[in-house]
Amino acid sequence: MKFTIVLYAAPYSSQASLSALRFAQAALEQGHEIVRVFFFYDGVHNTSAFSVPAQDEYDLVRAWNALILEHEIDAVSCVSSALKRGVLDARESVRYERSGSNLLESAVLSGLGQLVDASLKSDRVLSFGA
Amino acid sequence: MTSNASGRRNLTFISRRSPYGSGYAKACLDMVLSAAVFDQNVTLVFMDEGVLQLLPNQQAGNIHAKDLSAALAALPLYDVDKVYAEQDSLTRRGLLPDQLAIEVMLCHADKIAEIIRQSDVVFTL
Repeated sequence: MKFTIVLYAAPYSSQASLSALRFAQAALEQGHEIVRVFFFYDGVHNTSAFSVPAQDEYDLVRAWNALILEHEIDAVSCVSSALKRGVLDARESVRYERSGSNLLESAVLSGLGQLVDASLKSDRVLSFGA
Repeated sequence: MTSNASGRRNLTFISRRSPYGSGYAKACLDMVLSAAVFDQNVTLVFMDEGVLQLLPNQQAGNIHAKDLSAALAALPLYDVDKVYAEQDSLTRRGLLPDQLAIEVMLCHADKIAEIIRQSDVVFTL
């Protein structure tokens, strides 16, 4: 089955990020396809490479990055949600004259159209954290 | 899949949050307009606190928020014409249909259940 995952919630604030991650892992293990992971609203914080959890805590952002890279998942962070929450790639950082960029290497910034597009290509769309 | 003959999919959005207490209402409307741009069969349902988005004369600027009225008014321009408000949610908040900022169809829970059954994808925010 083809899944799209939408994650609305920030890491650590709720269970949603881990639930989405573990769903994605389980789906892939069982041979399903993930068309796209779309990080929306507070969910864009999952794509901030500047997240530094305590040493004895699970590193959610790193886990997302590893999963996305390992399975070559299409991962999109909503650009309008991301910019206002301080998640920038190098290009946006230059454009808005900020001092650094932090978008996770495995994700790209793009618009809500990418969520609609993925929804049209999927058998199921699963929302986490809304 | 319940896509209709035109190949368009039935995308339903259920908006259940008040307009400015969080960003969810704005996020939901953004999703609706994006889906409409893709020429899909879009249905929008306001229920619970979401019906408060339909109040006229909002002055969101006073709290440095962006007025949702513009996005609501744009719905017909995007051919989003299946816009519902749940009757009980209105009644509980003392709202009358003719007081609302835009024209909506009234519905009850059973109609919403039917809309969900006929949808390919449901987003609830």
